[in-house]
Amino acid sequence: MGLLKEEVNLAIPMGRQFDPKETSYDAVIIGAGMSGMAAAIRLAMYDKKVLLLERHTISGGLNSYYNRRKRSLDVGLHALTNFAAKKERGRPLTKLLKQLRLPYEELQLSPQFESRVQFPEVGLRFSNDLDLLLSEIEKNFPHEKDNFSKLLHHIENFNEVALDNKTVMAKDEVRRFIKDPLLVEMIFCPLLIYGSAWENDMDFSQFVIMFKSIFIEGFGRSRGGVRRILELLRNRLEEVGAEVCYRNGVKKIITERGKVVGVVTDRGQTLKTPKVLSCAGYPETLSLIDEEKIDSNPRVGRLSFTETIITLNERPKDFGLKDTIIFHNNQNHYSYQRPESLIDHKSAVLCLPNNFRDDDYQEGVYRLTMMANYPQWRELKEKTPQLYKEKKEEVLQESIKILESYMPGFKNKEITFSDVFSPTTVERYTGHFGGCVYGSPDKSRDGTTPYDGLFLCGTDQGFLGIIGSMLSGISMANLHGLMASTPQNKGSTVQGNEEREISSSITP
Amino acid sequence: MEATEVRQIVLDIIEDVALDEDLSNLDDSVALREQLDLDSMDFLDIVMELKKRHKVEVPQEDYPQLATMNSCVEYLTPKMQ
Repeated sequence: MGLLKEEVNLAIPMGRQFDPKETSYDAVIIGAGMSGMAAAIRLAMYDKKVLLLERHTISGGLNSYYNRRKRSLDVGLHALTNFAAKKERGRPLTKLLKQLRLPYEELQLSPQFESRVQFPEVGLRFSNDLDLLLSEIEKNFPHEKDNFSKLLHHIENFNEVALDNKTVMAKDEVRRFIKDPLLVEMIFCPLLIYGSAWENDMDFSQFVIMFKSIFIEGFGRSRGGVRRILELLRNRLEEVGAEVCYRNGVKKIITERGKVVGVVTDRGQTLKTPKVLSCAGYPETLSLIDEEKIDSNPRVGRLSFTETIITLNERPKDFGLKDTIIFHNNQNHYSYQRPESLIDHKSAVLCLPNNFRDDDYQEGVYRLTMMANYPQWRELKEKTPQLYKEKKEEVLQESIKILESYMPGFKNKEITFSDVFSPTTVERYTGHFGGCVYGSPDKSRDGTTPYDGLFLCGTDQGFLGIIGSMLSGISMANLHGLMASTPQNKGSTVQGNEEREISSSITP
Repeated sequence: MEATEVRQIVLDIIEDVALDEDLSNLDDSVALREQLDLDSMDFLDIVMELKKRHKVEVPQEDYPQLATMNSCVEYLTPKMQ
């Protein structure tokens, strides 16, 4: 692991299991993404016989890592959103750690320096201290200062995780407060690209989740990156006795008259179970049903990305850059949609992981994400593999051009390593149709599907970010796995609603 | 089981569920939620732990009985005989 100064013992555990030990389980979980792992931990904590099936050799799904030329590289996740200090009350991160019984210290979380939304003529800096954003608004948009305070007040008092919230277009809602279209675009830019399955807009509840997690709580990084988080989850799975099989996904969900009775694995085992929780995505999960389909057609998402990874001997600070994440956009309008060409040249997200307070890398690491057109990449890869390679090289050159604009001299440095992922890579590793990154535009907020005993968690349940994803797994396991054993609990145990239901009855 | 033992059982569970909370100054007559960072997910865990460790079932209509330490002890003591 050349990239990390310290050997953090986060290697892939040897002797992993491929085949299930039993033939019958209380619950089968599809996919060892963040949400699937969290769900499995919760169910196994309370003595449910749980099997977690993962098609790949490592866990994490979209947010994972790989080793190349002695380097350990994170993919997917740029940063952990929802940063919270130890014991900060009511924060999603605090809730998550409590529910999984993980001590805060084990995350070894280090905060960002600061990040920025950069449009052609104006930038908005923000950090884990809201005051920086407020002063930036005052400086760059003095006429919107009071409006922004009102929007903030509205956001802080909004219960974004209630399951009965009406779908409201967020831009309409925000425009009620903010009149300057440029500021609206700048606020939406990071929130859309860090989680929206819709093009150019999002549901207001999701907007609030994202706004709080990015602008109010902010970014952090675990020492060792995403590996540390995955390793903590894997250790917890083992401690609570959840069974995990790798290289063995679910080939088929067996239903009888609309009710789940079992699954067939990739390796051919038929298992009995009354309950399946899937973090594979909504359309992907329904495609596994063997019966004639119940009428339900969640759409396949249209948003996919390329990701470029570059390493240099020089770190961002050697170029005088202290930003952790830069949301770059070279026009006043922010276009968040599938581009007409292979990639969208107008915007990108730059992630500079050396610029968290605790820099445990041995060299400079640069990651750059751009919106991309999945069908075009797919066609290239299938029909003209040589051209596919050349186009990936063009993405690398385009990435260097953008990095150069923030760090003059970057392009003349010796690149010690580079790699480019395309939407087909995303598809291969996540199993998401269309290489979509944030799942289907059609979510199931309460996790239910048209099939009895089949539930969703993760992206297509609709909590966003990795903290949201793990909370999704926890909430769905609580609601459909733990509380369901007491029949009167037909209600809700997800963050918001559950807050009202159980606790209003508990607080006399 | 004595009331003091039941109190200790509840305290042990809260200590595990609420991780970093300081329980030394707990006022037994004041709602737990007002003194500790406990949300409904945590109360679900208290109920689940009672079932797992002590085989005591708390039906949902009885959840209000878990509001304070005093009411917990009063409600759970007969169930733990």
